[in-house]
Formats: sequence, C-alpha cells, structure tokens
Amino acid sequence: MQDNASSPDQEPASRIQGDVDLSKTPAAIEVANLNSWYGSFQALHDISLRIPAKHVTALIGPSGCGKSTLLRWINRMNDTIPTARATGTAKMGDLDLLSRSTDVVDLRRRIGIVFQKPNPFPKTIFENVAFGPKLHMRCTRSQLQDVVQWALRKAAVWDEVKDRLHAPALGLSGGQQQRLCIARAIAVGPEVLLMDEPCSALDPASTLAIEDLIYELRKQYTIIIVTHNMQQAGRCSDQTAFFYEGRLVEAGATKQVFTNPQCKETEDYVTGKFG
Amino acid sequence: MKNRPPAAIEQSIQRAPKRSTSSRATKNSTFHAICIATAAVSVAILIVLLASILIQGVPSLSLGLILNPPDDQASQAGIWPAMWGTIWVCGLCGLMTLPIGVATAILIEEFPPRTRIGQYFHGLIQLNISNLAGVPSIVYGILGLTAFVTMFGLFSDPKNPNASLEFGANTYYQFMSEGDRSIMIPVAGPDAPRPTLVDQMPAYDFEQNPIRINVIEPGDPYPDDESVLAYTIFSDSEGGPVPKTSWYYFRLPFGRGVLAGALTLMLVILPIVIISSQESLRSVPSSLRAGALGLGATPWQVIWHVTLPSAIPGIMTGSILSMSRAIGEAAPLLIISGVVFIRQAPSNLMDDFTVMPLQIFNWAGRPQEDFQDIAGAAIILLLIVLLSFNAVAVLIRQKLQKPLS
Repeated sequence: MQDNASSPDQEPASRIQGDVDLSKTPAAIEVANLNSWYGSFQALHDISLRIPAKHVTALIGPSGCGKSTLLRWINRMNDTIPTARATGTAKMGDLDLLSRSTDVVDLRRRIGIVFQKPNPFPKTIFENVAFGPKLHMRCTRSQLQDVVQWALRKAAVWDEVKDRLHAPALGLSGGQQQRLCIARAIAVGPEVLLMDEPCSALDPASTLAIEDLIYELRKQYTIIIVTHNMQQAGRCSDQTAFFYEGRLVEAGATKQVFTNPQCKETEDYVTGKFG
Repeated sequence: MKNRPPAAIEQSIQRAPKRSTSSRATKNSTFHAICIATAAVSVAILIVLLASILIQGVPSLSLGLILNPPDDQASQAGIWPAMWGTIWVCGLCGLMTLPIGVATAILIEEFPPRTRIGQYFHGLIQLNISNLAGVPSIVYGILGLTAFVTMFGLFSDPKNPNASLEFGANTYYQFMSEGDRSIMIPVAGPDAPRPTLVDQMPAYDFEQNPIRINVIEPGDPYPDDESVLAYTIFSDSEGGPVPKTSWYYFRLPFGRGVLAGALTLMLVILPIVIISSQESLRSVPSSLRAGALGLGATPWQVIWHVTLPSAIPGIMTGSILSMSRAIGEAAPLLIISGVVFIRQAPSNLMDDFTVMPLQIFNWAGRPQEDFQDIAGAAIILLLIVLLSFNAVAVLIRQKLQKPLS
C-alpha cells in the first residue's frame, strides 16, 4: 500500500488496496459491548469494534445512527453532556477509555479530534497551533516555532501560511482553516486522530486536499473518520464500519464492505438506495 | 390537525387572499419611521438634559468649586472631599465587584452541575441573582448598615460607635510649638502619661510626617532661625492626647467608612455584573470550548485561554454600565455615610466619606439660588468623573480585545 505514494497523478481511489489482512495488524483501540444513552434515549446498542493501528477506519451510516456518539466516547468529549452515560468497555492498550478514574486531559492529548466545522480560535495562525503544546509543556520560543512549523508542514498548509503566521486564523479559507485545525490537533503529538465529518463544510478541492492529507497521516497516526460521503470512505479508508439506528451492522475491510457487503442494509446504503 | 386529501389542501392554499406588495411596503416604511422617531426622542431628551445642566452649571464652574471643601457660603463651597469620596468608593467597589462577579458567572456558565445537589445549588444561586437585580437600592443601604457598618454587633456593642477591634490607630500627645505648629509625640494609648520632651526625639507634624524637634528649657532664648523656631518647644509645655489613624487603619466593624460604602455599592451592582458576564460567556461559541477541550485543555485552561478572552468585551461593557450606576447612586450611601459634614478627603478605608451625588443632593435641597447653581456645576463635574471612569474601562476593553475576528 506504500507503492504508489510517490506518484501524485494516481487516482486517490486506487491508493488504498484494501486487501491487507486487518485482523493481523495490531489494534489501537478495542471497543466491546458499548451501550450509550443520552438521558433515556439509547444512542448506541452493543457496539464491538476493533480499530487497527496506523490505518484509517471510516464510520458511515445515515444521520443519527450513532457514529459521532462513538467518536465522542473515544476521547470522552461526551463528558461535556451531563446526561450522557455509557456501559461496556473501550480500551486503548491497557488504558480504559470509559473509566471515571481515567485522566481525561491526558487521554485527549493522546486522542486528538477534528470537528465538522473548522473551529480555529480567534487568535493568530501561530497561536492556534502553539496553543496545544503550550497547554502541556513549558517550551521555549524556538521549540514552539519548531513544533508549529512541523505541524503545519505535516498538515500540508505550511506553504500557504508561512508568510502570515501572525495573521488572524479566521482570515483563512474554510479548507485552510480545517487543515489548520488538523495541524493544531497533531501539534500535541496524539496517537489517534478522530475526524468528525471533517470535509462536510468544504468545497471539493479542499476536500481532496484533506483526503490527501489523511492518506499521508495514516503512516503515523491511527485515524477514525466519520463521513457521509461514500466515495470519501471508499477513497481513503482501510476499514469501514456501517452503523444503522445505533447498531453496528457491518465492519470489515473497506474493499470488502463496498464490493461484497454481507448485509442487505449495508448494500442498500453503499449503493445509494437509501440514506 | 385533520388529515385532508392533498387536492383539498392545494385548493385551500390557492384560495388564501394575497397580501398586497404595496401595503407590506407601507407597513415596512411606517415601522422604519417609528423607529427613527423614537430614537430621535431619546436623543432629544439627552440634549435637553445636557443643555439645561450646562446653562445652569457652567457659569458657576470654577477651580474653587473643585478644590474647596463644602461651606455655608455658596461662593466658598467646593466638592473636593465628595469627589475623592466618589473616587475611593467607586474605585474600590469596581475592584471588588469585577473579580467576584466574573467568578460567579464562570461558576454558573462554565461548570454545569453534575449531581442533583449541585443542580439545586446552581438553581439557588441563579434565583438569588435574578431576585437581587430587582431589589431597590435603598434596601441594600439598610443591609449594608447591619452587615458592614455594625457587623450585626458581633465585634462591639451596636450602640457604642467606638470600634472594639482595630489596627493602625495611633495616639499622639499633641503640643503647640513656639512657632504655632502642632508637634505630635506618639504614646501608647489615650490613657498614657505625658511624655517627657527630649531634644531631637522622634516626633511628627499634624499630617503625621516625621520631624525633628528642638527642646529648650524655660528662660532659654528663642532660636533665630525661623524654620528651627517652627519646631521649638519648651520642655514644660502643656499638651493632651489625640487619636490619629494611619493610612492602613483597619477596624472591625467597618463603621461608616469608605469600605462599608464600597461593599454596599458592590451589592447593588453585583447582580448586573454577574448577569451581563453570564450573557457574554454564553455567547462564546461552544465549538471553541470543544476545540480547546479536544486538545487536552483542563476546564480552567479553556476558561482562561479561550472563553474569557472572547467574553471580555461583553463583560467590560456590562461593568461600565454598572459602574455608571454605582457612581450615580445616592440612596444606599446616604444610609451608610449618614448625613455628616465632611471637610476632608478620605485618608484610609475606614475614614468618613461623602460622595458627589450626596453633596449635589444636599446643595440642590437648599433654598438659596446660589446653591442651586453650584449643584448644577457639580453635576457637570460628576459627569466628568463618570466619563473618566468609563474611559478607563473602555481603554482596558480595547487593550484586552485583540482585533482577530
């Protein structure tokens, strides 16, 4: 799957071969029997899913099917919702992601998140990327500059912003803002990157730029991406999980889910018969 | 709603009478005109108010009015002590209200309760703040009188005005020098015996500045030098004990002092500051908080680095409005300070005080026309003090508000 990384003319759809045996790759996160409620409404029913390390897992399904809820449990963003609760287990190595005693702050440093709408802080571009490192480390100005440059290069936005690092981040275009948010997320050095419909507010060109970025980042990070865009899931993920009404209907290698789905609902959804 | 066939629905929609475009345009322009008219009325009222004050007050404006203490003669009377009283009380009030108000708003908005008891507690705070915002300010005056001036009689007999716990009060033995100056010698207390006068012993003048005294025996000649004569004293001079307070004088209960006045004004404006701070914290998009939390920020880091910087302009606007209210407030301070004749600016937190609205109230209530005129001039000065307080707040707001949005 690394063979065509160097040929830029390659169609993104063919980049990921999809014939890797995902069960043999080590797991980054293992979710088992996860049930989740918002108040009395059960959003997730008995979810068990294995997220392979340094691969891209796409969560697909119609709106309200629980894929974002799963994402928000993995780095505990659901803690901000007082009525949210969950049973079952989600583990990253030995770390219990759902335990009350888990250090949520450290957990979120290790599991970064990029949201649907680009949400840069009303600060400069530099300050946005430096924000995370400054939270966790006492670093010198030059170390900070190194981290910012590294993260912006990694997020493929360096060339566009290097001459205006101290300009307001809100002056960037939507696609640039989203890549800035990705740079901000990787600047704290996470192991896992969660992306909640990162391209839904962007135009096709920016979407393609982000997809290229995801392809590059998967060499180093475990990525979980929620998307409504079937082509996107097909183009840039190794594993696809299909959710429907709070249940995990089917999960498997992306190629297999798209070409040879095991369930009727999956087939209907990926072929565009509903959803 | 009844379930009706689509055809019938379509028909009934088509039968609905159309609103004519021209009548809608007329309504729109009428409403626009009403808005302009009401705005013009409020501007006109302001102009009339300012004009009448200026016409009445400007001729009486003078340097003496600013620099003199109040007097029985309108031509001699000034507002100096009241102006300093306002600056002390309102400055202190702002310094105390802002942190307490913002911290309360942060508690309510940024730390949602997780337990049932927490929910009751939050509800109780919220209910209290909403109720307090509607309480007439004179009621706060009575509350301040019991809570701050006498402190429920916890530290002293409420009928005895003398404080029972104090710190920074000095007793001096006062002598008059041969050059007619006061010489103050520190002694242990009001009942201390007359100190023995020794040449060059530590002593103070009336303003409590250290001086050197020159003690001579009875029958000795006066010194020739005027400046030495000013602090020359016979060793057998008579004097008496006087109490004096230092700038850090503190006592319990607070008594009718600056601190009690500032705390009472704080009660008056705290609900306004809290409610406006809550509003501006609520208007910070939650996506910013989520972004910071997602990077592994603690709730405190989110508040300090993201929420507060975005909310500061709104918080400062609310604070400016409430400070204007505090500066103009007379009723609660009338109860706290009592109707007394103050000739000096406050020199410590426990000192007696009066404020500009009280002084204006006093002058405006007198029958002589001269006093009516200087009341008008004092109102102009009050407006100037008010605008300078607001200018400081606006400067702070602009300093904190980075042009990045």
